[in-house]
Amino acid sequence: MASGQRTSGGRVAPHGKRIVGGWITLSVVFDLLFGFLVGPHLPPGRMTSSAGSQQFDIKVLFLAAIPVVVGVIGYIVYAVVVWRDGRPASFEPPAQVTARQSTRVQAAWIGITTCLTLGLFTFGTIELILPAGAGGGEGPAPIWTPASKTVLPIQVIAQQWKFTYRYPTYGGFETDQLVIPEHTPVAFHVTSLDVIHDFWAYQLGVKADANPQSDNVAFTTAEQLGRFVVRCDELCGIWHGAMYNYGQVMTKSGFNTWALTTEHKLAANTKLLPPFAWFYSPSANGAGGSYYGTNATYSKVQVYGAATVSPAQASKPRAG
Amino acid sequence: MAIGISKTLDDVGRSGNEPPAPQTSSRPAWMSQHLGTAVIGAVAGYAFGHWIGNVIAAGYPNPQSNGENDIAIVLALVFGVVGWLAGIGAFNYPLAKIIGRAPAPEAPEVGWTRFFKYNLDHKVVGFQYMIGVLLFFFTGGLWAMAIRTELLNPTNHYFGPGTYIAIVSEHGSMMMMMATSVIIGPLGNYLTPLLIGSRKMAFPRVEAFSFWMFMAGYLVILTAIPLGGFPTGWTGYAPLQTQATAGMDSYLVGFIVIGTGMICAGFNVAVTIINYRAPGMTWNRVPIFAWSLLAVSSLLTLATPLLATACYFGILDRTVLTSIYVDEHGGSNFLWENLFWFFGHPEVYIMAIPGFGIVAELLPVFTRRPLFAYRVGAAGMFGVALLSFFVWQHHLFDSGINPDMRPLFMLTTELISIPTGFIYLVGLGTLWRSKIRLEVPMLFCLALYFNFLFGGISGVFVSDVPADVTLHGSFFVMAHFHYTIMGGLMFAFFAGIYYWIPKISGKMLNKRLGQIHFWCMFVFFNLTFFPLFFVGILGMPRRVFEYAHNLQVWNDVSSVGAFLLGASFLIFIANFVWSIYIAPKKAPANPWGSLGLEWQTPTPVPFFNFERIPVILSDPYHYDEQDPLPVADLGGGLVPVAAGAVGSVDMPGEPGIEGTDPGGSNG
Repeated sequence: MASGQRTSGGRVAPHGKRIVGGWITLSVVFDLLFGFLVGPHLPPGRMTSSAGSQQFDIKVLFLAAIPVVVGVIGYIVYAVVVWRDGRPASFEPPAQVTARQSTRVQAAWIGITTCLTLGLFTFGTIELILPAGAGGGEGPAPIWTPASKTVLPIQVIAQQWKFTYRYPTYGGFETDQLVIPEHTPVAFHVTSLDVIHDFWAYQLGVKADANPQSDNVAFTTAEQLGRFVVRCDELCGIWHGAMYNYGQVMTKSGFNTWALTTEHKLAANTKLLPPFAWFYSPSANGAGGSYYGTNATYSKVQVYGAATVSPAQASKPRAG
Repeated sequence: MAIGISKTLDDVGRSGNEPPAPQTSSRPAWMSQHLGTAVIGAVAGYAFGHWIGNVIAAGYPNPQSNGENDIAIVLALVFGVVGWLAGIGAFNYPLAKIIGRAPAPEAPEVGWTRFFKYNLDHKVVGFQYMIGVLLFFFTGGLWAMAIRTELLNPTNHYFGPGTYIAIVSEHGSMMMMMATSVIIGPLGNYLTPLLIGSRKMAFPRVEAFSFWMFMAGYLVILTAIPLGGFPTGWTGYAPLQTQATAGMDSYLVGFIVIGTGMICAGFNVAVTIINYRAPGMTWNRVPIFAWSLLAVSSLLTLATPLLATACYFGILDRTVLTSIYVDEHGGSNFLWENLFWFFGHPEVYIMAIPGFGIVAELLPVFTRRPLFAYRVGAAGMFGVALLSFFVWQHHLFDSGINPDMRPLFMLTTELISIPTGFIYLVGLGTLWRSKIRLEVPMLFCLALYFNFLFGGISGVFVSDVPADVTLHGSFFVMAHFHYTIMGGLMFAFFAGIYYWIPKISGKMLNKRLGQIHFWCMFVFFNLTFFPLFFVGILGMPRRVFEYAHNLQVWNDVSSVGAFLLGASFLIFIANFVWSIYIAPKKAPANPWGSLGLEWQTPTPVPFFNFERIPVILSDPYHYDEQDPLPVADLGGGLVPVAAGAVGSVDMPGEPGIEGTDPGGSNG
């Protein structure tokens, strides 16, 4: 067995100092370059509160990852350049005695990776809870909710291979245009009529699976006007790749005008729809292709955590 | 029964310690069973099962209303597999035992025909597995190139959406099936006894069975194509699975078949490593590659039964109309997601750990210094294996189940990076002040450290719930796991092939061609998959045939990379065929100067590996000594009991194969 001693090796080159020095320098340089040049432009942008928090998370993860990548690749490159032995079939041991283990190095390595991991976990948890679930689907009983009591509920109905949207606070009309108001917390209630889909509003930073017989709630608050794309992000059959449409963030007054106009325009259609519910089942009689609302207990007063949404409150954005 | 026992005793009594001379089978040639009879059996079984299914279920309302009889398809596939196994002869011995007759003699065979038969020699099975996984891998690779062809253009299509999704699903399923066995099959079966000083695997019949199940799985998953393909990808999510047409049955039966093979292979390797270590092969002398095989075989044995169960439920839903996964009737689509990923996440570590083992095993050889932090490395592999059972819901962060569990699964997932980091500690520590020789296997090892770094760190991104809201289900995830499986596991596989082929075949692979293969594979792999990180983070979902026009440039770069990556394997095939069959060059006995026990055996390795059970004197990593002694005494009995050399384990009772083993049991 080899002696388990580390040698600082009398006159050998100061490999450790070189590696650590180069690592710190390169890490700082790359982190600064990345943080200032790329950071502000990272996806998914800052159109909503949840997109902004995801962008921040992705940026922090990059800033933490860059030193690790630089360190490992830099070390390997250094090792190959400096300690390479080009002679074929030279099987003698290296000149210096090399350690089989080093309690100090191992403890340091384990300690640093543990701290880094726990730090990232703490950061991720805070970033998940504070921005109301960070735009991810939280299921039928969300536990991280917006602070505001004025939340606009919008139902996202996915089916093979189309998204439609119902606005329960505007008479429950159903349309294939997704329009949301600026500066208003929105609750997306995502459900499916057939297989699993996934509602991914990329620029909004919202992603929630659409499950049949189930309501999946995700929150966000738009902070910029503009168009965004909605794509299905869970494989749902052959036309999965063609299941996308576009949405728009409007001003509060613009949204209100649009919603009231559309409610009026679609009033005849709305009467034919199944009554609004958080999810729908295929009709037991089958062949007609109709659906009925499964949970009759729906009331327009929805509770998200501590905040209560009443029709009157939800219609506040109408005031602009 | 009585006849069998007396015959065995007679054989043992006659031949003492001498390993048996290879004999040919005593069966008449026309009765021998081989690949051809297996195929005949499979076809006959398929036809029989299909007929039975139509007889018993054709009149039921469900097959009539949807125009397809899933019962007939499932029974056809099941009987096809049974016929395949009967045709290869897997049932001869067990059936003979059950009815109390003496089994037909199964003497070790020689010659190339043994590679097409139900052979019980772990070295033959290892080589069969190697050809099998390469067949699997190259078939899956052709599907991958078809996918990249479709994605050359965002809106012009080379395939219809149905064909495309069938190709995607077939690629994912085949590659996942292959990758579970890619190292434990060929190298695990071939090397486990050689690494630990055993004369055979614990259960040679289970070992042969696992290989022929593996190949049956290959055929079953390919039957999805003539049956119309299946639309679910390799994850097979449930309502879509229940809705899908007959190709889905191939997926469900295929994963049960391949899963059975995985359980058998893992069980066999685990028992062998635990119970068949040679005297002196104490746990802190077990080669690190054997540690990784033990960790991965534990995962295979413990995780895979759940997959088989989940697929069985799916078959019931599709055939006899249970509603286990059907929400309207009280089932749950979340049940499939949970069952699948409870298997699926250990599975992705099944695809990582053996790669870690190979690089950790090879690095000391090519750096001429002891493996750094050996115990930490072994502990890391088991830490990864253990934690992998507690992370599965990170696949379901946006699915809408129990949001309060998200921080927990974020924590467990990120904790896995600690034991994974041990593998980097081992690698980087071993490079420290070493003498690095950039032979072809070493190039592949260093490439694993490079690729897996990106795979692992992108894994931290998707483990972070807020970041995952953007990244989940996008090409970022796809690039992430291709960096770990293709960039990690497959590079380690090729490192292992280049390293151990001189032992397995006795021939050296051409170094120049090997270097060209490596650089092509490394460069084109990164060219293929690195752009997909960008594509994913810019919003392209997985498994789509249409995408935004502004992503075309990166997609085209990736596609070109994929075609070149595919072409790089032609260099490997050319090298393999040229160096082993066309212009073979005899390999030196120990071309890499390795201290591994496997290199102490003669080449080709004799049937029972070691003439006597070796006595292990040290671990195989003392490269820092000037003229290191061999790690084992192959003479037997000559070594003093000092230095903990003997007495740590019992000798295996019967090193040979039951019924025909004339070899001594106490060598």
